[in-house]
Amino acid sequence: MSNTSAGQGELLGDAVSPRGKLRPRSSAASKRWQTVVVTGLVFCALVSVFTTIGIILMLVVESWGFFSDDKIEIWKFLTGTKWTVGQTQGELSYGIWPLLSGTLRITGIAMMLALPMGLVSAIYLSEYASKRTRSLLKPTLEILAGIPTVVLGFFAVKFITPYMLEPLGDFKTFNATSAGIAVGILCIPLVASLAEDALRAVPNRLREGAYGLGANRLEVTLKVVVPAALSGIISAFLLALARAIGETMVVALAAGSTPTLTLDPRMPSQTMTGFIVETFKSESVVPGTLSYFSIYAVAAVLFLSTFGITLVGQIIRMKYREVYD
Amino acid sequence: MIRTILNLVIFTSLFALAAGCGSPKTSENSSTKTTPGLDYGDNSSLSGNITIEGSSTVEPISNRAKEKFNGSFPNVNISVSGQGTGNGFKALGAKECDVSDASRPIKQKELEVCKSTGINFYEIPVAYDGLTIVVNKENDFVDELTVEQLKQIFREDTAAKTWKDVNDAWPDKQISIYAPGIASGTHDYFVEVIGKKDGKGLRADEQTMLSEDDKALVTGVKGDKFAIGFFGFSYYDANKDELKAVSIVNPISTKSVAPSMASIESGEYAPFSRPLFIYVNAESYQRAEVKEFVDYYLQNIVEIVKDASYVPLPADIYESAKARIMKDLPGSHYLDAEGNKREGSVTEVYTEANLPK
Repeated sequence: MSNTSAGQGELLGDAVSPRGKLRPRSSAASKRWQTVVVTGLVFCALVSVFTTIGIILMLVVESWGFFSDDKIEIWKFLTGTKWTVGQTQGELSYGIWPLLSGTLRITGIAMMLALPMGLVSAIYLSEYASKRTRSLLKPTLEILAGIPTVVLGFFAVKFITPYMLEPLGDFKTFNATSAGIAVGILCIPLVASLAEDALRAVPNRLREGAYGLGANRLEVTLKVVVPAALSGIISAFLLALARAIGETMVVALAAGSTPTLTLDPRMPSQTMTGFIVETFKSESVVPGTLSYFSIYAVAAVLFLSTFGITLVGQIIRMKYREVYD
Repeated sequence: MIRTILNLVIFTSLFALAAGCGSPKTSENSSTKTTPGLDYGDNSSLSGNITIEGSSTVEPISNRAKEKFNGSFPNVNISVSGQGTGNGFKALGAKECDVSDASRPIKQKELEVCKSTGINFYEIPVAYDGLTIVVNKENDFVDELTVEQLKQIFREDTAAKTWKDVNDAWPDKQISIYAPGIASGTHDYFVEVIGKKDGKGLRADEQTMLSEDDKALVTGVKGDKFAIGFFGFSYYDANKDELKAVSIVNPISTKSVAPSMASIESGEYAPFSRPLFIYVNAESYQRAEVKEFVDYYLQNIVEIVKDASYVPLPADIYESAKARIMKDLPGSHYLDAEGNKREGSVTEVYTEANLPK
């Protein structure tokens, strides 16, 4: 890597000087330069491709170690309602549903908060806010986006649970709601900023046309601008969803480490990511054992869920895309 | 997690130190890396292998000793393994280890194996292990628990749902349990007391949260009025303003005893306090590296034990242990001539008179 970048810098130097003098460089040198640049670009693009392939390979190989074990039946993994890997030294139950439902519960709560809040903020920023207000609000949102997730997790345990939730009812110290709210807070800036981009990309002549037909601002926003930006808004939603499913630190700190299959939002709720962290950092994980391989099996399910969402996002974007120019 | 990071830091610094000591002996090296009072040349010239087997509960103590010792004696290779006390004694009897870690005194049968293979050993108590059961500070109904009640709460076969299930006078509220994870020796110890004999383990259901991170357990019990949890005494001691320790009814004296350094030391806090031991093969002790290691272990024992979050024994116990080795007095204090087990606190049992003649 470092060799490549050093070589590029050197070449960049002599590529700039001829342009500075406005003299066309010889075509052979230019061609060589082109090749180098293109190679560099392809290399950079390939790094991410190979990383993805490597991760998929690792997940497949290591989770094979789980599913190929004699004690494991795959349908029990996919339909079981009890998960005790890392919880007991006795017989293991390895149904994914407690963990999967934990992820879904927390993601659901997070989305209930982040999607409306994010969209409303986006609409306000794009359609209503004055230039001055926007110049204040946008950086604030960005600061929120920059808060480390570990801080948010701490905030959930030390503030959201004791001061916001416990007065409302019998919440456990570590519970799904508190973690869900924190993950939601995390996703608001993401939704707001992406949705705002989509809204602002709607050409002004559409708005002007609607005003010309006698619509007021609210009607213009809800009936013209939002539908026009729908594909962008939906992809913002899906990105937030994938973000929430993959979020780890907040849930590891705030959601507890008990895998539960319940709809009660006051109960602890270990997620797939939470399980992976808890098991990985515990000293009980010896490579080659079932609990070790189970990490990868859970990771594979996690990967498939986010991958599925990204895929759906692509399809929706293509289907609802409106092009104006 | 904090502990993991700490371990990492310790490991890295030790590694750096060991690497520094192992590198060629330049003048600047020898001036910076020597431990005060110890000659650098002598330390690095001591080499050899030491094998430590046995209890996973004692393992952290032996590991601290190893880390510290390797800081000064980088060329002695020490392997510490925690396959259990029974396996440790097996290895001791089979001459497969130099030091055997034990979370209980040796049993008559194990002693006979050692006798048959001609193994002599020094019995050295190293620390107390005290386990503390805690509830929320606001919990005003539980002050003491019997072992029976603990079984009802924690065991997988009984797994009481509410406090009322344990005692009719207690509220009809769900019990939430916060317990160390299965990799932890504390978990094993607790299971040993409440259910190992019947082949029962700790419950693993929706009311139970297991974590390897003691801090998470403290936070859990602190924030949940109907919670109960347990961990090592030293961890409770560090957080005692935020938690309420439950007194445990001693099954023999039937007196309710609160956990404290004193009650753990006296053995009154039963069945959740016990001494931990190392058994040193007397023949191995003749080897320079084993002698150096065991002497170092005993010399720094208080620090090592505290580092590993256990309760140190009274100083005179350590002094007598040193004396046993110095005077070459092997054997177990816990078994009389007929092979019966002596009961009582370490201070009562660990006397020279109790050694085999």
